[in-house]
Amino acid sequence: MSKVITPPVSQMKASRGGTLYRGREGMWSWVLHRITGVAIFFFLLVHILDTALVRAYNAVISSYKNPIMGLGELGLVGAIMFHALNGLRIILIDFWSKGVKYQRVMFWVVVGVWVVLFAGFAPRHLINVFSEVGH
Amino acid sequence: MAKTATPSAVQAFTIQLIVSRFNPETDEESRWESFDVEVFSTDRVLDALHKIKWEQDGSLTFRRSCAHGVCGSDAMRINGRNRLACKTLIKDLDITKPIYVEAIKGLPLEKDLIVDMEPFFAAYREVKPFLIANSKPEKGKERLQSIENREIFDDTTKCILCAACTTSCPVFWTDGQYFGPAAIVNAHRFIFDSRDDSAKERLEILNDKEGVWRCRTTFNCSEACPRGIQVTQAISEVKAAVLRGRP
Ligand code: HEM
Ligand code: SF4
Ligand code: FES
Repeated sequence: MSKVITPPVSQMKASRGGTLYRGREGMWSWVLHRITGVAIFFFLLVHILDTALVRAYNAVISSYKNPIMGLGELGLVGAIMFHALNGLRIILIDFWSKGVKYQRVMFWVVVGVWVVLFAGFAPRHLINVFSEVGH
Repeated sequence: MAKTATPSAVQAFTIQLIVSRFNPETDEESRWESFDVEVFSTDRVLDALHKIKWEQDGSLTFRRSCAHGVCGSDAMRINGRNRLACKTLIKDLDITKPIYVEAIKGLPLEKDLIVDMEPFFAAYREVKPFLIANSKPEKGKERLQSIENREIFDDTTKCILCAACTTSCPVFWTDGQYFGPAAIVNAHRFIFDSRDDSAKERLEILNDKEGVWRCRTTFNCSEACPRGIQVTQAISEVKAAVLRGRP
C-alpha cells in the first residue's frame, strides 16, 4: 500500500527533502526585514563608494537618470520604508510591555502604512523618471 | 475482529499520509513515502502513525510515550508546522490533501521521525533549571510564596520539553549553538521565582552571544508550543531582566 513519491514542488520549496516551515506574520516579517536590511546595506555600500570617488561622481549620478535605475530607486524606497516601519514594530515588541501581544496587529498596521506611503510616492516618482528621460 | 463492537454511527475514512523516511544504514538523505490509512474522525496523527507501524510497515520509527500531550516525546513537523502528533486531530487538518509528516528541524536526524535530542537538553541543562536557594526554610515548613509572586512565572512552569519551539526557530536552524526558546523558557521559570537566589547567574549565562540576543522575535516558537506558553513573551521578559541586571 505504500509507495515512494515525489511531493508537489509547492511543498518542497525550502531545504531539500523538507517542507517550507509554515510560520505566520512574525516569521514573514522577519524574512522581509532581513532581506530589505541586507539590500539597503549593499545599496548604501555602493552609494558611499560612488560618492566618495569624487571624480566619478558626476558620471555616476547622470547614469542614474534612466528608467532602469528609476525603477531600482522605487524598489529601494519601498524596501527602506518597510524596513523602517517594521523596525519600529520590532522596537515596540522589545520595549513596550504590550508589544508582544499586539505584534500581529502591528504587522498589518505596518503593511497598511507602507501601502499608503508607497501609493503616495510611486506615481510621483514614476512620472519624474519617465518624463525626464526624453529631455 | 469483532466488527459489531464498532458503533455503526462512526464513519471511517481514508487519508493519505506522506512521511519523511530516513534509514541511516541505507539512505544518504531522507525521502518521502506515502501511506493510505483508514482513520476515524476522533483519531489523531499519532493514531495514524500507529496504524502504519502496526499494519503496514513495522520499520516506521517515531517516539511517543504518554500519547496524551504530557511527556513531550512526539513533537514533529505536521504540514510544515511543529506539533505534537498526539494532540493533532486529523479532522482539524485539510484531509482533501495529503498530510505531510517529518522530523523536527535543526537537530541531527537519527531515523525517520527521530532526532538526537542531546544538543537540546544540553542547552536546557546549561541554564541551571533547578531551584538554587541560599536560605533554609523554617523547619518542617515549605518555602512560602504569595499568589502574585507565583503568577509571574506561572506560564513557564507548563513546559514539557518537547522541543517544538526550539526546532521551529529559524535562528536555531542556522545556528545550533543558540540556547533556543525552550532553554530560555526554563531559565525564566527560575529567574522569576521569588524563592530562587540565582537569577543573576542565569541572566549572565543568557547574556551571551548565543543567548537571548539571538532571538529575532519571529514568534514561530509561541505558535508551535503545544502548551500554549507565550514563549516570545517569556524571552522578552528575560531580555528586559538582562538589561536591568535583575529579575
Ligand atoms: C530607517 C531606519 C531604520 C530602522 C528604524 C531600523 C530598524 C532595525 C531594527 C529594530 C533591527 C533589529 C531587527 C531584529 O531585532 O530582528 C534592524 C536590523 C537590521 N537592519 Fe535596520 N533599521 C533602519 C535602517 C537600516 C539601514 C539603513 C540598513 C542598511 C545599512 C539596515 C540594515 C539592517 C540589517 C542588515 C539588519 C539585520 C536584520 C536581521 O538580523 O534580521 N537598517 N533594523
Ligand atoms: S516551551 Fe512549549 S514548545 Fe517549547 S519545549 Fe516547552 S512545551 Fe515544548
Ligand atoms: S506522546 Fe507524550 S506528548 Fe505526545
